[in-house]
Amino acid sequence: MTLLKQLLILIFAGGGSLFVLLAAVGLLRMPDLFTRMHPSSKAATLGTVLILIGIALHFQDGAIAVRAVLICLFLFLTAPVASHIIARAGFLSGVPLAEDTAIDELSDRYDLQTHSLSCPPTEAEDE
Amino acid sequence: MTAHISLFLEIVLGLLALAAVLGFVRLLRGPSLPDRVVAFDLLATVGVGISAVYAMAHDQPVFLDVAVVIALISFVGTVAFARYIEERLKG
Repeated sequence: MTLLKQLLILIFAGGGSLFVLLAAVGLLRMPDLFTRMHPSSKAATLGTVLILIGIALHFQDGAIAVRAVLICLFLFLTAPVASHIIARAGFLSGVPLAEDTAIDELSDRYDLQTHSLSCPPTEAEDE
Repeated sequence: MTAHISLFLEIVLGLLALAAVLGFVRLLRGPSLPDRVVAFDLLATVGVGISAVYAMAHDQPVFLDVAVVIALISFVGTVAFARYIEERLKG
């Protein structure tokens, strides 16, 4: 039992820290702001949640498990909101995209002055 | 076996510290302000992880409260920075 518990802690804490490390590597290596937000918002959150599962297993105490679940819930609620709001601020302040970006649907349709979005060009207009 | 676990947790702390160093490199290099804010957000997440693993390695559950506070503060900080970046455009 205790061996199984320690093995699970090993897997969760080790896996979580590897995910966080991978997120940091991604943050360093990705070409522009919007791709850098992928690792920092998803991989880092997953890694932290895995570590917190390891904590709940390690202490086996109700109060601590509740705290760990609370942090997990909070991270899951705030990480998408925070990354969305930063992406919005970055886009509005004109952060350049990576050179090999394939498609940028907002660039010629979003009015930076009025913050309104125009209709997509229809097939007929394209021709 | 317990000795093995605590040794392993020290290694995990080392990995998280390496992640923090990489995050700091991005924080220093930028190049734009939103990039630095994203790096700051990642550093806060790494901080949550480090205080959680430290609580585990040294059997001090108090550090879990530190993790709660870091998670709360970092979100408010990110939102404030995003607001600042957007407002700066208008001024």
